[in-house]
Amino acid sequence: MDYTTTILTGFVALYIFMLAAFTGFEIIGRVPAILHTPLMSGSNFIHGIVVVGALWALLNASSLPEQIIGFVGVLLGAGNAAGGYVVTERMLQMFKPSTKTNKE
Amino acid sequence: MNAALLIDSSYFIAAFLFIYGLKRMSSPLTARSGIVVAGWGMVLAVLASFLYTLDVNEAAKPHLSTNLTLALIALALGLGWAWRSGKKVAMTEMPQMVALYNGMGGGAAAAIAAIELIGYKTHGSVSLSLAVLGGLIGAMALSGSLIAWAKLDGRINGTLRFSALQLVNGSLLLVLLAIGAYIIWHGGVVAWPVFAAFFALALVYGVMMTMPIGGADMPVVISLYNAFTGLAVGFEGYVLNNPALMIAGMVVGSAGSLLTLLMAKAMNRSVANVLFSNFGAVSDEDQADIAGSQKPIDAGDAGINMRYAGKVIIAPGYGLAVAQAQHKLYELVKLLQDAGVEVKFAIHPVAGRMPGHMNVLLAEAGVPYDIIFDMEDINGEFKEADVAIVIGANDTVNPAARTNKSSPIYGMPVLNVDMAKQVYVVKRGQGKGYSGVENALFYADNTQMVYGDAQKVMVSMIQAIKSLGGGH
Repeated sequence: MDYTTTILTGFVALYIFMLAAFTGFEIIGRVPAILHTPLMSGSNFIHGIVVVGALWALLNASSLPEQIIGFVGVLLGAGNAAGGYVVTERMLQMFKPSTKTNKE
Repeated sequence: MNAALLIDSSYFIAAFLFIYGLKRMSSPLTARSGIVVAGWGMVLAVLASFLYTLDVNEAAKPHLSTNLTLALIALALGLGWAWRSGKKVAMTEMPQMVALYNGMGGGAAAAIAAIELIGYKTHGSVSLSLAVLGGLIGAMALSGSLIAWAKLDGRINGTLRFSALQLVNGSLLLVLLAIGAYIIWHGGVVAWPVFAAFFALALVYGVMMTMPIGGADMPVVISLYNAFTGLAVGFEGYVLNNPALMIAGMVVGSAGSLLTLLMAKAMNRSVANVLFSNFGAVSDEDQADIAGSQKPIDAGDAGINMRYAGKVIIAPGYGLAVAQAQHKLYELVKLLQDAGVEVKFAIHPVAGRMPGHMNVLLAEAGVPYDIIFDMEDINGEFKEADVAIVIGANDTVNPAARTNKSSPIYGMPVLNVDMAKQVYVVKRGQGKGYSGVENALFYADNTQMVYGDAQKVMVSMIQAIKSLGGGH
């Protein structure tokens, strides 16, 4: 199969940014205040995806400074993703209705 | 199978799972599954990223095994540390942990920018500008979040304020933008000290921005830095041609910005006001003219009165969490419900340390969320309530915010507890609230004060009600 990665530049990138921005806005817009803290934490987890970019940068590092910075980047990114997941999950786990329906 | 195709399809699925997960997180019914869905997206994206090893740059090929080892160690360390600290942290300390993890994300985005820049890997003015901008925002979010964490955690006390601070910060930002423009102008080909100076100053700027901000405003700032990190991640995603980073970063960037605005609105402040003004410098004039006196009542008597009330509304504040009295409070609530009393919780948008924090703390104690109501949904019901009981809250129930134009908190939305037939205020002593404003509620005719530690007060109330026997 002949597949090469699509290069996302110019207006394609701009469209992605615009649509993603509206998506984020729409999702948060109708949220009750009781979920603000978990949602802040949840969105904090989602930008933990930065670890993927840091991984790429580290794997393509070709000098010692790059390797050091890349190592720190992956370390921080992994912390962001893992920590964000754990605290969000712990918070959301506690939201239960009073009638014990146990749907899950 | 082509590795690039596999990576791209994984990112596509991950991006879908993130958005779908975030959507599920926005309703209490599905929230729990939302984070799990998003979590699987993350696992998929990280696993797929190891396929990068099949196709690295020529220059990096001799280093591949070293780099792969470093990557695995860094992943394991970061994941292990964050997982343990996240499991351990107490619910009351959640805001500072979110700040800490957020700072780490900003740092990771700045690290990507640094590698791209010092390796002269970025070409084209758009990529270069976004790399520089993402690096600046990421580094700022890192140091700023660390200061926010340290302040909320009580590691830094007090605030740094001097009259020329805004001037210093303004000049700092100008210098940063000038260095950034210089880097872009030279096509990214500048000596490494320029890059070093750029990132160092960006870190200093984050510290200087956050130091003057007081503890009460910190949640808004954390939310703002959360949005910043999202933006930085999105920009670096463009530089790396990585759609997963672009989409996830931008979704968080906009969602975080909106969340910041909502939080600031709930506190009746603008974001600019939070960042650039010195709140807390309240003068003591105009405050001594509250008529009446505070009337104390015994905890047991208050408990018995609630037992024979038809409807009780509870307004909890951070003081409840500090006293760790949520579990005892819920025990009291169940006792009242068994006696046929209708009990509801009224939550001010900024009860606790950030919006929604009090809901988390009550949920931890097992209180079902369908007896917990937001301020705008319950404010009309206070006049039908026989008893409103305020526990560890102060500024959020001060009627002066509605009536007294000279009050520093005038205009802030408050819970109308003073409209209930009888108000009990559980409070440790006669002190003032976080804002330093005297509370007119405590002197009202229908208010009685229950002095004492919230946990002990709850125990006395429970005992008093139990001593009446089980008869309805």
